Amino acid sequence: MNTQTSAVSANMSAGLMSIVKKNAVPILFAILSILSVVVAKMNPLFLVNEIITRLARNAFLVLALLIPVSAGLGLNFAIVVGAMAGQVAVIAITHWKIEGLLGFFLAMLGSVPLAVIMGYLVGQVMNRAKGREMITSMVLGFFANGIYQLVFLFLVGTVIPMKNRSMMLPDGVGIRNTVDLFGISRALDNLWRINVAGIRIPLASLLLVVLLCIALHYFMQTRLGQQMRAVGQDINIAAVAGINVDRTRVIAMILSTVLAAWGQLIFLQNISTLNTYNSHEQVGTFAIAALLVGGATARRATIWQALLGVLLFHTLFVVSPSAGQAIIGIPQIGEYFRVFVAYGVIGVALALHAWQARE
Amino acid sequence: MKERLRNLIAQLGVPRVIIIGFVLALFVIAYSTKLPIGPLFSASLVRVGMNGVLVLAMVPTISAGVGLNFGLPVGVLCGLVGALISMQMDFKGFMGFIMAILFSLPLAVLAGWGYAALLNKVKGQEMMVGTYLGFSSVAGMCIFWLLAPFDNPELVWAIGGQGLRYTLTLDNHFGKVLNRLFQVSFGGLEIPLGLLGFFGLMCLLVHLFFSTKMGLAVKAAGANPRFAQASGIDPDRTRTVGVVLSTVLGAIGIVVYAQSYGFIQLYMAPLMMAFPAVAAILIGGANLQRATIGHVILGTFLFQTLLTTALPVTSRVIQGDISEVARLIISNGMILYALTRGDGRETA
Repeated sequence: MNTQTSAVSANMSAGLMSIVKKNAVPILFAILSILSVVVAKMNPLFLVNEIITRLARNAFLVLALLIPVSAGLGLNFAIVVGAMAGQVAVIAITHWKIEGLLGFFLAMLGSVPLAVIMGYLVGQVMNRAKGREMITSMVLGFFANGIYQLVFLFLVGTVIPMKNRSMMLPDGVGIRNTVDLFGISRALDNLWRINVAGIRIPLASLLLVVLLCIALHYFMQTRLGQQMRAVGQDINIAAVAGINVDRTRVIAMILSTVLAAWGQLIFLQNISTLNTYNSHEQVGTFAIAALLVGGATARRATIWQALLGVLLFHTLFVVSPSAGQAIIGIPQIGEYFRVFVAYGVIGVALALHAWQARE
Repeated sequence: MKERLRNLIAQLGVPRVIIIGFVLALFVIAYSTKLPIGPLFSASLVRVGMNGVLVLAMVPTISAGVGLNFGLPVGVLCGLVGALISMQMDFKGFMGFIMAILFSLPLAVLAGWGYAALLNKVKGQEMMVGTYLGFSSVAGMCIFWLLAPFDNPELVWAIGGQGLRYTLTLDNHFGKVLNRLFQVSFGGLEIPLGLLGFFGLMCLLVHLFFSTKMGLAVKAAGANPRFAQASGIDPDRTRTVGVVLSTVLGAIGIVVYAQSYGFIQLYMAPLMMAFPAVAAILIGGANLQRATIGHVILGTFLFQTLLTTALPVTSRVIQGDISEVARLIISNGMILYALTRGDGRETA
């Protein structure tokens, strides 16, 4: 009897251990988040509101990372390129003063062709850098940022004819550092927003995220989705099985880039201002860090990991300055700590990924 | 002639030809808009000496088979700590410069050793892991700068007395000591012989290292780890030597950079430090497997000349400071070009 229970409990603890081991990263971050919340003594209503807002704002961008992971391209740091495509569309509709929901949806529509072209180019580059996709996608993001700045700081107003006092720098060349997005400000969030006991829930934005989750789920079961997974598992076997590997990878990048453009639009309508030259810079880092915090790896990422990751990462993001203030008395510590966490979690996840790949 | 030209282009690679053409074009524009060439060229030379050692830090990792050292900030941070200790202890002038390097050396060896141990576990993904190790070290060190036990009033915030300032001026310490050392004027040209001499000395030391037994082993194991192993060389050990050397050069490099700049920048400033250095050596003709001192010198010269001349020249033609944007496009474009060349190396 006694031995039996101990055997059962040993079995249970072994099972528990394996669960803990498999989900070490999200568990660690859950503990860290809860501790920071307790230490920071934050107003719970404020916290919940903030987290829901951030979930609606960021989840779409994080979900945009899933397809390239399945297709074996790793973490797509080049979603920055998609975010830029979204911003180009936003600048266009703000310039033409198309406002409200119509403006928002037109921006979504308008960003598609650009994102498709960009995604195609990104995919071509990735195919020339097999085995080094992640570093290449990261450098590609920086490179694209240079081109983006060239266009919006120097070509707009000189080569590209545009006249708009409120959006452009005083001398008529280049877009201002910050552009107010009055027109589409909260266009989606306010479309359908409910208030439950002081908690504001932007249902329309969340619904869009849910729709994307469902679409992704079904997409992975289509023929194309299956092919992507096959390519992700083993390029050589997939090629032998008659799958056009390069084409599949390019399609994965195109889809990711388009989704990132839309994700950035959702992000921007919530933030309501466009930091022309900074809004997109951290998109890749923060989205990837969130995905990894949810327990994903560079080879396997699920919808649930993406959502859990956004929740945990952004909780930590909201509370860490207050926690830093409460523990050491310097709020900047918390700010640097969250940057450290974002970079650190990516570093650790990549190291683990490379480590496991060798074994 | 056409044949020879085509051969030359094939040998140099298209991006290098474009960059050389670009530099030449800038000088032609400078000449035709009556911009004084002398000062432009002098400024370029200063920038070469200022950045050269950081670029040189790429050679040991590439030779050791680790690839481009995107984790250069690890070494840079060690150099910054060394410089701060030297300033805290109030060493002045040239002594301050030497002490900054001496203080940073043990830190760099230790940090480089740890960095190498990590890289040996992630073969095939060294560049990516290195990048993020560098990024997270920079962010982690931000917390250190806030809490570090420095109390020299020149270093810490005036209010509160704790936490290092964002930018520290080196005027009272070792600012420009190398720049001013043996500076000679020669027909309208200012040549910072001391600064360039120090860069040359570092190049020579690295060159000499690679002709020692250890250096040759590092190179051999970098070129072909399996073959090296068969002849009794431990590739993990030679990789460690390469990474430590690179980290040490990174530390020395930032001290040289800081003295030339006249300021030390802390917090997020070192974040992207690796990228211009990586770009420079690639512009010089290096690839992911092979890098020489010649690549370092040529690359640093071309890249820095391009950056220094781009601003004054282009501002005559267009408004605004295009040099920052040019730097982004050229450096990342160059890295991208190197990454997308097939290299026949197995990758994980």
